[in-house]
Amino acid sequence: MNIVLVAGAITGSKTATVLTALQKELQIQAPAAKVTLLDLRQLQLVFSDGRDFREYEGDTRYVAETIMQADALVFGSPVYQAGISGALKNVLDLLPARALADKVATAVITAGSPRHFLVADYQLKPILNFMKAVLLPSTLYVEEKDLAGDQIVTDEITSRIKRLAQDLLLTTKTYQAQLAALEADLF
Amino acid sequence: MTMTDYRIHPENGLEIGIYTLGDRMPDPNTGQMPSERERIDHLIEMATTAEAVGLDYFALGESHQEFFVSQAHAVILGAIARATEKIKIGSGVTVVSTSDPVRIFENFATLDLLSNGRAELTGGRASRVGLFKLLGYDLADYEELFEEKFDLLLQLARQDKVTWSGKFRAPLEDATVYPRPLNGTMPIWRGVGGPAQSAIKAGMAGVPMQVAMLAGPVSRFKQTIDVYRESLQRHGFNPADFPVTTGGLFYSAADMPSALRAYYPYLNEGMKKANGYGFNKRLFAMQRDPQEVMLIGDPEQIIEKLLYQYEEFGMQRYIAHIDFGGLPHHEVLKQIEILGTKVLPTVKKYTQTYPGGQVK
Repeated sequence: MNIVLVAGAITGSKTATVLTALQKELQIQAPAAKVTLLDLRQLQLVFSDGRDFREYEGDTRYVAETIMQADALVFGSPVYQAGISGALKNVLDLLPARALADKVATAVITAGSPRHFLVADYQLKPILNFMKAVLLPSTLYVEEKDLAGDQIVTDEITSRIKRLAQDLLLTTKTYQAQLAALEADLF
Repeated sequence: MTMTDYRIHPENGLEIGIYTLGDRMPDPNTGQMPSERERIDHLIEMATTAEAVGLDYFALGESHQEFFVSQAHAVILGAIARATEKIKIGSGVTVVSTSDPVRIFENFATLDLLSNGRAELTGGRASRVGLFKLLGYDLADYEELFEEKFDLLLQLARQDKVTWSGKFRAPLEDATVYPRPLNGTMPIWRGVGGPAQSAIKAGMAGVPMQVAMLAGPVSRFKQTIDVYRESLQRHGFNPADFPVTTGGLFYSAADMPSALRAYYPYLNEGMKKANGYGFNKRLFAMQRDPQEVMLIGDPEQIIEKLLYQYEEFGMQRYIAHIDFGGLPHHEVLKQIEILGTKVLPTVKKYTQTYPGGQVK
């Protein structure tokens, strides 16, 4: 299983901190899985101009191709102006319209306050849904108060990370097994 | 210009041909891949075989990316012109955006002479854009480059003397481009992929249209063709004067399940190499439906599908894409033979017009 996490901020540490913890948890629960974190702080991306994703160069192409090869994805974003980051939307814009078909995906949102709790459900998920992802019902919302530096300090978030990793693995395994069975029987 | 000027005679029934993108890929079942020299020989043999089994048209596309040998497609078409005698030949498509229209026209007018008046040109915008960098063009000019250059290309084909100025090339003043095609002019088509906008522009310019259909219901592609004909009408042209070509994947076997099973690896692996991701297996399985555009199945099913498309589209030419994704050459030749000997006679029978209106 190939799992890719996208930390969709080019500055700050909250989104990357939560996704790093989730990456570790996924690796514990699924030691055989390949779990890759794409931290946009460490990557130089250009803006999407509509070309085929394989025709970008450097990090832009690396990010697009890594996402296209994933079986499961976690898209993480800080809240900027009551919405997801432009950097994360740009990553999604690099990809073909049906890029997430047959891939399991969910959202992790980090924010300074509880006010933007619905950004995952009302904003990011509709985009992932349009791109044909198999969406997990659960998402994760992490506030300023749950973090201290690059540490998660509230038990609630630690346990919700465990639960989200379980959900992601369960749905991905189930979907992949059933898809393989369906495809074997198509013709 | 009428149908006849495009060398199309609808009374003889639907024209049937083949087209290739000139890809060179390993056979996913064996890993074997022809050398570049071998693959070019294969392309030429596809054309001679198409002619031998009575097909009307052979087209070769231009591609500049890895896994293709058709960069200099006009040169290969030159060799094909001399290896064949009757079959019409052309490009499918020539990337107009990244060449000088004068040079394109010189090449294809020469091809028309080499082939004794059998050459055609289909201009397109390229579905992949790597060649913009390779050939020194700015991707930001994607639309504008094509429209300007295609417009000049049409003028060069239609007029002996051209006065023209534009943004991407030096102006022409009362210029004649030599050589002239055998009969003074030659058919130039516009290749259209997905967007309706491109079909509308083909109608605006009054040029015949070639539509590539990968997969999907017939009704979806009918919209593109309807939009094209409406656009022709709106711009003062008579749609009855303009031929339409449809192109799509073709694979025939003893029965539908065998066809689907045998063809899927080629399409899936080929798409991965050409587009970066495979062909959805469930979408592919749907192509067994008579209302899906892909011509797959036993020859009878293929005939039914093609006749249904003819009823819906009213096109004048169908071109089969047969050799994609590393399908072994002997299998490609077998498919061409099936198209020419099993599919073509029946389709011609039901699509030609008979004196007195009687079908024999």
